[in-house]
Amino acid sequence: MIELMSTFKIALRSLKVNKMRSILTSLGIIIGVSAVIIMLSVGEGAKSKISKDIASIGSNLLLVMSGSTTAGGVRMGGGTTPTLTLEDAKAILKECPSILEVAPVVAEVKQLVFSNQNWSTSVYGVTSGYLDINDWTVQSGREITDEDNQNATKVTVLGDTVVTNLFGDLDPIGKTIRIAGSPFKVVGILNPKGQTSMGQDRDDTALIPLSTAQKKLFGTAFPGTVKFISVQAKSTDELDSAQEEIEALLRERHNIGKNKDDDFTIRNFTQMLETIKQATNTMTLLLGSIASVSLLVGGIGIMNIMLVSVTERTKEIGIRMAIGAKAMDIRIQFLIEALLLSLAGGLIGVIIGISCSSAIGMFSGLTIVISPFSIILSFGFSGLVGIGFGFYPAYKASLLNPIDALRYE
Amino acid sequence: MQENIPSPLAGEGRVRGKLTLIDVKNAVKTYETGETSFNALDGVSLSINRGEFVAIMGASGSGKSTFMNMLGCLDKPTSGSYFLDGIDVMKLNSDELSHLRNEKLGFVFQGFNLISRTSALENVKMPMIYKGIEHPERIKKAKETLKIVGLENRENHFPNQMSGGQQQRVAIARAIVNDAPIILADEPTGNLDTKTSAEIMDFFVRLNEVSNKTIVLVTHETEIAQYAKRVVRFKDGKIISDEAKR
Repeated sequence: MIELMSTFKIALRSLKVNKMRSILTSLGIIIGVSAVIIMLSVGEGAKSKISKDIASIGSNLLLVMSGSTTAGGVRMGGGTTPTLTLEDAKAILKECPSILEVAPVVAEVKQLVFSNQNWSTSVYGVTSGYLDINDWTVQSGREITDEDNQNATKVTVLGDTVVTNLFGDLDPIGKTIRIAGSPFKVVGILNPKGQTSMGQDRDDTALIPLSTAQKKLFGTAFPGTVKFISVQAKSTDELDSAQEEIEALLRERHNIGKNKDDDFTIRNFTQMLETIKQATNTMTLLLGSIASVSLLVGGIGIMNIMLVSVTERTKEIGIRMAIGAKAMDIRIQFLIEALLLSLAGGLIGVIIGISCSSAIGMFSGLTIVISPFSIILSFGFSGLVGIGFGFYPAYKASLLNPIDALRYE
Repeated sequence: MQENIPSPLAGEGRVRGKLTLIDVKNAVKTYETGETSFNALDGVSLSINRGEFVAIMGASGSGKSTFMNMLGCLDKPTSGSYFLDGIDVMKLNSDELSHLRNEKLGFVFQGFNLISRTSALENVKMPMIYKGIEHPERIKKAKETLKIVGLENRENHFPNQMSGGQQQRVAIARAIVNDAPIILADEPTGNLDTKTSAEIMDFFVRLNEVSNKTIVLVTHETEIAQYAKRVVRFKDGKIISDEAKR
């Protein structure tokens, strides 16, 4: 067998001779590889976005909501009947061993006014554990404290969106705003948290002490009730047992008979997002597979052109054999040609794939993650395609009889 | 006498071994066409010594082309024996035949058979690539050989940019670049005009006389055969005459 470098040069020369055809043949691989990279980048991006969301809602969270009402056979949505109380929240923290922290919350949409600006936002009545549970911190000022709740003080901690809309460039700390007409002193500003995976702006909020909300702001037909209770389990593993414990405790506290439905709902957001993550994974795999099919089609294109090339160059093969080329020399020459076509296509595909992914990320606002894995995978696959589909034409070429090949016109 | 000439073509004189270079005995080549079988070669025996210039003549279908393919180790006879420079060709597999062709034989064809869209220099380099000669040496030798055939300023021309005579000279350069002792020429002037034919034939004579190459030439033209020292005539797969000239 002759040295590989010479074969490489021979192959490169034959490809250069048919420039246009080589480029068109590689195009299949270029499209395949870039498609795989783009699909995987978008998929990976979606996954990392969801992971961030999971982190941003706080870890190991359960949400206990008031249950639905049944009025004349018509079932209303969850939370329509306020059945949960502050005492329920305290009992959960006290009696359920899997639970680390609870945060009972009341919420209503109210109009906020500062100077000549006004803004409508979700006002949350919260306890001191609320920010911790939600893995949230203040950017400046302070949090809602237990003292605030004991005294039902009229203070508020504002979300970033509210600050922007009410204050613009002014520093809101120490200023007094009106919530539904009552004056509240701004004592803190929350760090921006961004959107939820459902597109809800988490920064569009104002926090006030729970007791203040219950006693002084929200007029309610059911005094002492809360809208929902955020519950933090001690660990992810204990989420399920925590859910069971809460269920058992609340059924007992609410005197719910054996065959009756719960008057509350427990939602597991972490689990929900994990499910979405898995779905995204499946979707990424699906898109990647579809893109791989185009890579495969590109490979068939290479095989097609290589077969044409072998037939077209029968005479050349005959000449090479007559002057001393062995079967292996011919086989390797055509195999390297196929490999060069696919690898060159793969390389260009990687470049196009990366640029397109970045462009998509820049213009559509989607999170894009270009993983080295997707690049290595698609580039390696293009090489395999070259060898796989180049082998048969190369083998066919090496089997030619030199006399017949020389006579071929 | 040949040893005194400082030409790369003169190398052959130094490895003078046995006198007989080509030794064919009772070669038969049978082609099966359906139910009938046909002997393209029918018991041919021929021995050619080092330094001979042999013309093989005959009408088409006389078996001369089959014989040339056999001499060129492109094909093996159905029966009989063939020794090339002492090597038993009948025992070699196709890769060993490739190696033997590369080492011992240079081909010059009627249709030139240069690789198209590939420069003269690349065409001449090719046998050395398959011989495994290093790259710098390859270029040096190819350039020298092109100079010998008078094409030193056509190195980068493609075959379709050259005249028939020039193409055939590139083919000759390719045939001699590996210092093969034998040159097999199959109607080398078949596609050339009379004047160019004479030039090419003069070149073969020089290769034979100056460089001591053994030349076997197939032709159907008597004028071309005149350049050879020995003429072998084929008819119906047999040798009918074998005469020395000059």
